[in-house]
Amino acid sequence: MSTPMYRTYLDEDVLPYFFCPGCGHSLITNHLNAALVKLQLDPHKVVIVTDIGCSGLADKYFTTNAFHGLHGRSVTYATGIKLADPQLKVIVLMGDGGCGIGGNHLINAARRNIGVSVVVFNNFNYGMTGGQHSVTTPVEGITSSTPFGQLEKPMDICQTMAVNGASFVARIIAFDKQLPDILATAIQNDGFSLVDIWELCTAYYVPNNRFSKNMLENTLSGLNFPTGVIHQSARPEYTQAYRQSVAKEAGTVPMPVRPIPVKYASQLKRRIEIIIAGAAGKKINSAATLFCRGAVLSGLWASQRNDYPVTVKSGHSVSEVILSHEKSGYTGISRPGLVLLLYKEGLPIVKPHLIEMAAEDTLIVNSSLLPLETKAKVIPIDFSQTGGWANKKEFWAIMALAKALSSMNIYPLEAFKEAVAGRAEFAEDNLAAIEAGRM
Amino acid sequence: MRELINGAQALVRGAIHSGCDFFAGYPITPATDILLYMIHELPKVGGTAIQGEDEIASMGFCIGAAMTGKRVMTATSGPGISLYSENIGLAIMGEVPMVIVDVQRLGPATGGATTVAQGDIQFLRWGTSGGYPVIVLAPSNVAECYSLTCKAFDLAERFRVPVFLATDKETVLTLSTVDEDEFMAIPVRERILAPGDGEFIPYHATTTDGVPIFSPFGGPHTLRFTTSTHDERGQLTKSPEKVRRLNERLAGKIEAHVDEISMVKSDLQAGAETLVISYGVTAQAAEEAVANVRKTGKLISSLTLDSLWPVPQEEICAALAGIQQVIVPELNLGQYRLEVERLAGDGVEVKGVNRVDGELISPQEITQEGGLL
Repeated sequence: MSTPMYRTYLDEDVLPYFFCPGCGHSLITNHLNAALVKLQLDPHKVVIVTDIGCSGLADKYFTTNAFHGLHGRSVTYATGIKLADPQLKVIVLMGDGGCGIGGNHLINAARRNIGVSVVVFNNFNYGMTGGQHSVTTPVEGITSSTPFGQLEKPMDICQTMAVNGASFVARIIAFDKQLPDILATAIQNDGFSLVDIWELCTAYYVPNNRFSKNMLENTLSGLNFPTGVIHQSARPEYTQAYRQSVAKEAGTVPMPVRPIPVKYASQLKRRIEIIIAGAAGKKINSAATLFCRGAVLSGLWASQRNDYPVTVKSGHSVSEVILSHEKSGYTGISRPGLVLLLYKEGLPIVKPHLIEMAAEDTLIVNSSLLPLETKAKVIPIDFSQTGGWANKKEFWAIMALAKALSSMNIYPLEAFKEAVAGRAEFAEDNLAAIEAGRM
Repeated sequence: MRELINGAQALVRGAIHSGCDFFAGYPITPATDILLYMIHELPKVGGTAIQGEDEIASMGFCIGAAMTGKRVMTATSGPGISLYSENIGLAIMGEVPMVIVDVQRLGPATGGATTVAQGDIQFLRWGTSGGYPVIVLAPSNVAECYSLTCKAFDLAERFRVPVFLATDKETVLTLSTVDEDEFMAIPVRERILAPGDGEFIPYHATTTDGVPIFSPFGGPHTLRFTTSTHDERGQLTKSPEKVRRLNERLAGKIEAHVDEISMVKSDLQAGAETLVISYGVTAQAAEEAVANVRKTGKLISSLTLDSLWPVPQEEICAALAGIQQVIVPELNLGQYRLEVERLAGDGVEVKGVNRVDGELISPQEITQEGGLL
């Protein structure tokens, strides 16, 4: 048998370990080294990501890459590293504390089945901060923050990972001779893997609970927690699945420029502020955008500012459009020259404007909302008399805008038609709505 | 040629032109459009874009990806910046080049999701524990959403820090007509990598300007990244000398290079006694107000800040020469006015025009409240 290229992954310059005498972390770190020696991975292609707590000290002993991050977030850095460079072997070392604060990330990493291996240094308490209880502290366990005994049920990390999609899950005690092999299998696993290693915290949990190696085994059997390889499945690994799902996109132009040529002449005399007021879900915003495109086709500068509540298909939807021959920066409305009021939901928004409008201004309004207090010239549209359009409320904005163009000097109706035809979605219906609305 | 485009589209285009190839984010109004554009567009250039399980995860993904050598960006709004806070500190400490977009909405807390505001300006500056300097740029229109995104990637590269884009609901979501000439391309510098041979010390700043040379995970060197106080090799330390050197270098690499970061639009009139200082969406109204005042024959100066942090002190002081009155319009209760007051000193009246009701400040309000017309 040839000599292995990498005889150890531990850095002689940093040894010996700084862990407490008898702490399980020394055992696990040795076993992880043995697993890496077994696998003979290039240390440049291995990243050990550590969480916070005593387990977070372990990365410094390794000659691989190391990332020491925030408490509970180790799995997120590991996910980012793997997503960015799937060639890397990414191994997370975290304590039972990290499993609590970072539980959401563990669950989602398992759901993704991302190719990251998590090694849990599970000693039932927070060693570094003085032995407080964690999500894995056994019921009745004495810790500095449960001096009268733990009341919360310990989390079954392994089952949580297994039911949420992890592809390799194992539980083992730190003294088990199988540990290097189990760790090697976990690291070699394509998708998400987790090894929950039960061990002793000789600084706190052992003295506070007269805990021992025997009691580790008794606690496991008392909880009916199985050991060994608990779960294996062959789901696709996330980065591979992602690359496959987006492969057909490669090579197409991102964010292409969609220039709008000037093909028409606008008859607009001066800058006009327009409010299109309606209800959410009635294509107010998209009608306004098509109207703006028609304006740009006619050589105008257009801006469109939308206002809506947080609800989706209910409440008001208002678009404020400014058209001008010159470029203007400020996109707010002071006094609209044209208001299109289509549904009652928009009325509270435009009411103050209607009162301020003067005789030279125009209100195009759904006639069912009349009478309204305003000095503006009123052009009513009785949508109930528009035949088939009476029930197609989502085209009323297009119809009203066509009415505005046919009755006012803004820009040619033809430009609006071209804008509508240029957008494949609903083009035919929108063109018909323009014809119906211009009358 | 003209385009009808919003700030989110311009920003995403700027990011991709800057070589951005990794994005992670979590849906939040009014920043969601950036997430969705990235999910659609990045695969086209071989990049990766993903929705994290929350904001914390999204920041973590970005940081991990950045350290493999990707050019990364994330986007959120104020509540998301709150959740980014601890990782912002990590990005400063670990020296992670990345771009963070804040599409500001009205706060505090969940506040007004669909409502414009500029309430995060001091929050971005002081948004993580320890109080280390950050870089914040503030586009004031759609075209600048493109160019300042490019600039943000360049500065992230230059200083190995998170660079913020302080935008807002209106700047990002309002559609505008933009001429192609307005999209100013700002070149993003190439990443300089540590030479493959010889020893690599991850936090050793080889040059005098305090920025260590980059080497990615998976590259020719093994890399030790840490968020804890560390020596040049990335090992934890409590040695006062090493701790001091690290912390002073993290601050100094920004503070000693303010001149490389400062970006303003200085439109000064000789003899003017009034100066309007503005940034972001409010600058649109401020510039229009200044133009209106000038139409009446009065003299007035305008300074638009494209970079907010570090404070472009030299440019602000130059604009303050001979000025009696400064108007600072902001969609908050006067956050940046504090910096202007500090620089203006006694004898100069600094007046805020402020709104926190979700409405924009109009040019008329600036001229009226400033007593300009």
